[in-house]
Amino acid sequence: MSGNTRRRTGALIAPYSIWALLFIAVPLFFVAYYAFTDNSFGFTFGNIARFFTETSRETGSRIYIDIFMRSLKLAVISTAICLLLGYPLAYFMTRASAKAQKIMMVLIMIPMWMNFLIRTYAWMTILQDTGILNGILSGLGLGKMHIIGTESAVVVGMVYDYFPYMVLPIYSIMAKMDYKLIEAARDLGCNGAQVLRRVIIPLSIPGILNGVTMVLIPSISTFYISQKLGNGRFFLIGDAIEGQYVANNLHFAAAMAFILMVILLVAMALIKYLTGRGKYGEGAKA
Amino acid sequence: MKTASKIYTAFIFVFLFAPIVILLVFSFNEARSLSVFSGFSLKWYRELFRDEATLESVRNTLLLAVSAMVISTVIGVAASVGIDRLRSKWLKTALKTATDIPMTNPDIITGISLMLMFVFAGRLFGLANSLSFWTMLIAHVTFCLPYVILQVLPKLRQMDPALPEAALDLGCTPRQAFFKVTIPEIMPGIITGAIMAFTMSLDDFVISYFTSGAGFQTLPIRIYNMTKKTVTPKMYALATLIFFVILALLLISNLTDDDALRARKERRRNKTKKIRGNEQ
Repeated sequence: MSGNTRRRTGALIAPYSIWALLFIAVPLFFVAYYAFTDNSFGFTFGNIARFFTETSRETGSRIYIDIFMRSLKLAVISTAICLLLGYPLAYFMTRASAKAQKIMMVLIMIPMWMNFLIRTYAWMTILQDTGILNGILSGLGLGKMHIIGTESAVVVGMVYDYFPYMVLPIYSIMAKMDYKLIEAARDLGCNGAQVLRRVIIPLSIPGILNGVTMVLIPSISTFYISQKLGNGRFFLIGDAIEGQYVANNLHFAAAMAFILMVILLVAMALIKYLTGRGKYGEGAKA
Repeated sequence: MKTASKIYTAFIFVFLFAPIVILLVFSFNEARSLSVFSGFSLKWYRELFRDEATLESVRNTLLLAVSAMVISTVIGVAASVGIDRLRSKWLKTALKTATDIPMTNPDIITGISLMLMFVFAGRLFGLANSLSFWTMLIAHVTFCLPYVILQVLPKLRQMDPALPEAALDLGCTPRQAFFKVTIPEIMPGIITGAIMAFTMSLDDFVISYFTSGAGFQTLPIRIYNMTKKTVTPKMYALATLIFFVILALLLISNLTDDDALRARKERRRNKTKKIRGNEQ
């Protein structure tokens, strides 16, 4: 490479390198900096310790650990429901005609392109005590159900909002799958369940992993869905961070963001390690 | 099995569209009620168009999205070409890792991290409130950049490296080879990346929420503030309008997508062939 070309390459990546350093790397440093300092910027473990130790005066349980576990629980449930509902849909889509596949793709993308605030808001009006669902239920003489403000309502919101993020990656992997492999498995004596377990699912693992991360990460960190469909001020970890931000407790907000980030990084590294061979998609080739 | 899969697919699409249909229907409701339809009326649309703050937030959103799209596309395309040419392995890995961070981090962490830096920098310069249009623009460019790079890089890899070399051999300056050969070759990636950047910026709420100042409201933040208090069918009217805009955009992009373009080109080519045949 001549000096000239090298200089040109340098000029091309310089703006992005500076941008990434200033606005991706440095801000993450500030999360750690705020997390480990007090209001006068003196070093402290207090914020991190508070997350793990602060207990509720009434019940004596650990407030923030409880909040985190609830976030984890609801996010895992929502992700599992998205996977269970989305996986068959992705498979059926690949079996449809090219034109039907295209139409279904657009149909899945339309709700995704509508702002998630509006999507969540729509469910709020459906699930309200005076909402449409209860209107239908009482019209049928089934009595009213109190759904809004419960964990189930939050799960419904998460599943609805993030469902497309599960279907699209699985579908795009399945669409590339060689259908001859399924036929071969059938010819060699596999029944339907065996084909699914031994051929279809192993081949679609990269899509599943992609879909799971794309649903799990936004649902574990959401705060709007839980504010609109759930109840209470500090319902999920996202609510807790947002609440501390609004209260201008930036150091404690940073500490919670830092802990969440570390947990997610460890979890993702673990997933990568367990599924083997670095990046998603490479593991399935072997 | 066939009918079972059809019923299942239909059930899922009913689940996906029922809430949207409900919004649509009740945006025309005369009364404020959200469960009883009492009569057709356009009054919520009239109210929406009288709401100056919402209209201004639409203008703000478009201004921000266009600015973020242009800046992130220019920086992102340059970065992709640079990364593609880089020989240094560790620099390549470092830049790719930086690109992955905003994609994998939850939005709330990206938002909080930028906000903390802006607040800290603001303190250094003695500003009481450092969050403004500019901090929001920086945040939007930051989360749009990875989408541009991830669209453009594969196109560069698919390109035959002999093409720009041939241009150089035929007497182009490096600049001419870049603009006349490389850029047209990777154009589909640039366009997809730019569109993705635009829609991501348009749609973002969480990162905007943490990096926006009091004076500059985008539509998602306006929606957030409106839904904080009471439920009003004005929101339904807004959602309905957004729905039809998205529907139109998707239909247009579907009509102009690869297949349609190819078919049209084919037709044109046949026509010219026919004309040429007649001439001979």
